[in-house]
Amino acid sequence: MNMNRRDFVKAAGAATAVGMVGVPQLALGAGKKKVVVVGGGTGGATVARYIKLADASVDVTIIEPNTHYHTCYLSNEVLGGDRNIDTIKFGYDKLEAMGIEVVHATAELVDPAAKVVKAGGKDYAFDRCIVAPGIELLYDQIEGYSEAASRKLPHAWKAGEQTRLLRAQLEAMPDGGTAVIAAPPNPFRCPPGPYERASQMAHYFKQHKPKSKVLILDAKQKFSKQGLFTQGWKALYGFGANQAMIEWQPGPDAAVVKVDAGSMTVETSFGDEVKADVLNIIPPQRAGKIAQVSDLTDDSGWCPVDKKTFESSKHPGVHVIGDACIATKMPKSAYAANSQAKVCAAAVVAMLKGEEPGTPSYVNTCYSIIGKDWAVSVAAVYRLSEDGKTIAGVEGAGGLTPMDASPEARRREVQYAYSWFKNITADIFG
Amino acid sequence: MAKPTMNLALATGALALALSTAVSAGDTASAGMLAGTCYGCHGMHGNSLGPASPSIAQMEKTAFVETMQAFKSGDTYGTIMGRIAKGYTDEEIERMAGHFAAQKFVPAKQEFDAAAAKKGVKLHDKYCEKCHEEGGKPIAGEDAEYSLLAGQWVPYLANTMTDFREGRREMPKKMKKKLDKLLKKEGEAGLAAINAFYAGQQ
Repeated sequence: MNMNRRDFVKAAGAATAVGMVGVPQLALGAGKKKVVVVGGGTGGATVARYIKLADASVDVTIIEPNTHYHTCYLSNEVLGGDRNIDTIKFGYDKLEAMGIEVVHATAELVDPAAKVVKAGGKDYAFDRCIVAPGIELLYDQIEGYSEAASRKLPHAWKAGEQTRLLRAQLEAMPDGGTAVIAAPPNPFRCPPGPYERASQMAHYFKQHKPKSKVLILDAKQKFSKQGLFTQGWKALYGFGANQAMIEWQPGPDAAVVKVDAGSMTVETSFGDEVKADVLNIIPPQRAGKIAQVSDLTDDSGWCPVDKKTFESSKHPGVHVIGDACIATKMPKSAYAANSQAKVCAAAVVAMLKGEEPGTPSYVNTCYSIIGKDWAVSVAAVYRLSEDGKTIAGVEGAGGLTPMDASPEARRREVQYAYSWFKNITADIFG
Repeated sequence: MAKPTMNLALATGALALALSTAVSAGDTASAGMLAGTCYGCHGMHGNSLGPASPSIAQMEKTAFVETMQAFKSGDTYGTIMGRIAKGYTDEEIERMAGHFAAQKFVPAKQEFDAAAAKKGVKLHDKYCEKCHEEGGKPIAGEDAEYSLLAGQWVPYLANTMTDFREGRREMPKKMKKKLDKLLKKEGEAGLAAINAFYAGQQ
């Protein structure tokens, strides 16, 4: 902004006058309020954008190691072959254009006492910090698995290179092969994700490798949207019959406890050994590493927060949103992270002004694409409970696509899934 | 634009001060907070990037409330909107309606058949314009009644028309009469031409 001397004097005078009536934080020269956002994924990018939109005077910095973000949502369609990976890739140029500083570095520590984030040898001071680190994959919970092993046995639970790798393996797999998905225990990012993934793999096999199959070895006994997935699998992929293209084995017996990259085998907790052509190992998860080292987690490995503001229950001045936080009934989904970010942004803007945060409203909608012209959804509208301790779904609202939905409804849900993706990614990244 | 924003900011501040000692849970969320829950599917401030979820920016307030209430009661069919509308109180729906009515509608950028659109102009005039005035654009004025047709996403228009024709959405008598006439004379191509005309208004 250009300001000549005369304007400055006028502005300063006005600011002093405001200061005199008791709003000193508005005074010019008192220093801009600083917000540092750790993580430039769904939650982080949304919260940065919405703070800046609500109050352009706040200095907003995002600390994010990667120059681009690949969304996990719709990455299963990349595996299925219907979507190009470039359509799930987003940059930060539009956030930067609105005055948000994006630093490509890895945050090493959030220090709530000193009010700084340490990253790449520098200190970034903040008045309020928002931590949105997503998940940390617990490779060592599965014997033989590691980050190095994931380059042969991809998790593809953080999209990008891993998605590309898994897709290439599916393409290289001979017809008649088996792809194993090791599904993680609760709680984890994107509860319906492993099952949409199985659907998309089968969708690809059906067209190009009809003798192949997907085997889900699950740590759990039941899973998200199970009735709807099962119904779709029966109709499209012969689930439950001979020659089924998808087979699901429930936990705890089927939980994968050991992998061997050399022989391409996995071992279940029951002791069964399963050999596969493609091994997609999705390990157990907890809040992203920065939350662990900055003492933002509890014994569960996730971050307890105030449900109205997402301020950490452990360290005031620091907020945690998205997959990493404990948000009662809200799942670890993109829409939940986006919704939490908006609630958090409004709260942070109010708190920086010394005001009481307003009443929040939260939402989640999640689509899963089971096959051609066949998608299902789950939705919920949430409120803060009277005692302020839980985020509860509004009774009588939300829920799943009905089991008796018409083919027309299922086709439309695919259209709406794509509409959701276009709109939410623009809402997040500009 | 600066002035109303400032007024709003001051009003919000005053409200926050007034309420700072009150119990906050149970209070109604602000219009912006409520509307923000819709953006993930309907676009920021209700301007959808498509392809199928409709733009709701500048939607007429009464139409917004009636539509949400009809989703809520189940009178109007929706794949997901019934489940979502049930999550909001009447007061919250009113607030959302106020927020979206105050936004500026941005016509959808979509492809269309120019020849069909040309034919669609005449068909719209003949069969639709009496109620959907000014080619289906938003109309200024307090009591103006309109639906967002010009510049609306065509997959949405097509889905909604299917619902009308298959009885999942109630059609006003006059509309049914006009539609029957259109279909008899022009067939499905006539309907497609009208949609192309709406799509062409960018």
